[in-house]
Amino acid sequence: MIESRSRTAWLPHLVLALGVAVFVFPIYMALIGSTHDAGIIGRGNLPLTPGGLATENYAQAWSQGSGIRVKAPPVSRMLLNSLVMAVIVAVGKIAVSVLSAYAVVFFHFPGRMFFFWMIFVTLMLPVEVRIIPTFKVVSDLGLINTYGGLTVPLIASATATLLFRQFFMTIPDNLVEAAKIDGAGPLRFFKDILLPLSRTNLAALFVILFIYGWNQYLWPLLITTSRSMDTIVIGITKMIGTGDAQTDWNLIMATAVLAMLPPVAVVVLMQRWFVKGLVESEK
Amino acid sequence: MPRRVIFDGKLLPYLLLAPQVAITLVFFFWPAGQAVYYSFFLQDAFGLRQTFVWFENYKIVLTDPLYLASAWRTVIFSTAVTGLSMASALLLAVMADRQIRGAAVYKTLLMWPYAVAPAVAAVLWLFVLHPTIGILGRSLRDLGFAWDYKLNGAQAMSLVIVAASWKQVSYNFLFFLAGLQAIQKPVIEAAAIDGAGPMRRFWSIIFPLLSPTTFFLLVVNLVYAFFDTFGTIHALTAGGPGKSTETLIYKVYVDGVVNLDLGGSSAQSVILLVVVMTLTAVQFRYIERRVHYG
Repeated sequence: MIESRSRTAWLPHLVLALGVAVFVFPIYMALIGSTHDAGIIGRGNLPLTPGGLATENYAQAWSQGSGIRVKAPPVSRMLLNSLVMAVIVAVGKIAVSVLSAYAVVFFHFPGRMFFFWMIFVTLMLPVEVRIIPTFKVVSDLGLINTYGGLTVPLIASATATLLFRQFFMTIPDNLVEAAKIDGAGPLRFFKDILLPLSRTNLAALFVILFIYGWNQYLWPLLITTSRSMDTIVIGITKMIGTGDAQTDWNLIMATAVLAMLPPVAVVVLMQRWFVKGLVESEK
Repeated sequence: MPRRVIFDGKLLPYLLLAPQVAITLVFFFWPAGQAVYYSFFLQDAFGLRQTFVWFENYKIVLTDPLYLASAWRTVIFSTAVTGLSMASALLLAVMADRQIRGAAVYKTLLMWPYAVAPAVAAVLWLFVLHPTIGILGRSLRDLGFAWDYKLNGAQAMSLVIVAASWKQVSYNFLFFLAGLQAIQKPVIEAAAIDGAGPMRRFWSIIFPLLSPTTFFLLVVNLVYAFFDTFGTIHALTAGGPGKSTETLIYKVYVDGVVNLDLGGSSAQSVILLVVVMTLTAVQFRYIERRVHYG
């Protein structure tokens, strides 16, 4: 823009390329690791070029999970658990908060502000702070090792409610008036006007919350004791154990690649909504 | 400001609120209340009896040298993660903000690590920096550097910091880039005409104008380093060697889930709660100010 281009134009490219390289390097090594056999890796002889065992490693990880030293459920099972968890958390959070934001913005009723603040203060109560008591509540409800226990406690979301509230406040009164004159009741207005108008916000929030759900760690670690309920993120750290050199690193790396693929794909493919959702949900 | 045009309904708004309120009560307020409640009791070893001890648990926790060491470690860890990830993100964002060819491609290539789970990021770095099998870990040893994060606490800490920061850079990058793009270009051009060089322009104009973003990211990154890095630490070092990577949140987990010290762990939870509340309050006060003064 301002600087004479020729003299400094290479600098941004150099810095950015370096940044990209630092980001890509560990992923590249994981990809390489997933194409060799455990022996080469264990002896510390992993080369920088791909080996020929990609198909075998990924097939074994996908359908068995376990290798000679590593015991794990099949990756297909863990991916399913993660997928169920991420989708329920994302859809659940959106559904619950779109409804409550609708109530808070479009109705006047006794206790409106009380309920709003009640939801608002949960911003300050991340799951990590209330682990043990929440765990007790969930176990008293008999929800250990269930998808319900895995997801429902994470579904209440002040952030999503605030986001929808903000958006709903920008909807002009005329539009509501017109809908009322045309005889639309509150549910009709919600379904036929408000939801279609919120489409981009819904998509943006879905991307953010899907990743949030997929990447959960502490909560699934506590709530699932049966290996068949492991999400892939939990499963992979259990596979590592104490991080011995002599373990099935090829399978672990194949699992790591498979664990990253869905959320990274969501971010890259839904880039526009992702950036919008990220920037807006944090306002 | 409340809307002027609203819908009537006596029961409907409550029904709409019901799911969120129910979940909030059962999984937020009830457990948070429990944490406060338990923090005033001392349990016997079998969990059969408990005695009301006022602030005894807090006193024990806050005078425990292990807890204080963990708190200090958390400060170092959070400062390092926040500093490292924000500084590198700012550098990348400033570069990507220049009108260069392929800026959009770089943006895509720099945003995806956001989607990588902290624990998976930990696994990736473990594989690279493992002392016997990791490609960088081995190189360090070949160079004569005694790299073994399983024995050396400082090295374990730096490994955790690298893995935790690596994942957070893209988040900061996207916010810094958005902040930079919102700065009016004529302001910068005017400074250039007045003879301010690139460094001068950055520190005297761009950086101050970026301060809302910087401040916001500071709070978010501290909260990230405090809480979301549990997975990173659990996967990489499990708090070890010794207790050299045991941060406050990891200690709550170890004391509560592994050592089953309900009272002590609850007191720690409440202390953390106060920390989060302070951070959130600071952030909201600040955002409120920004709304008023534009």
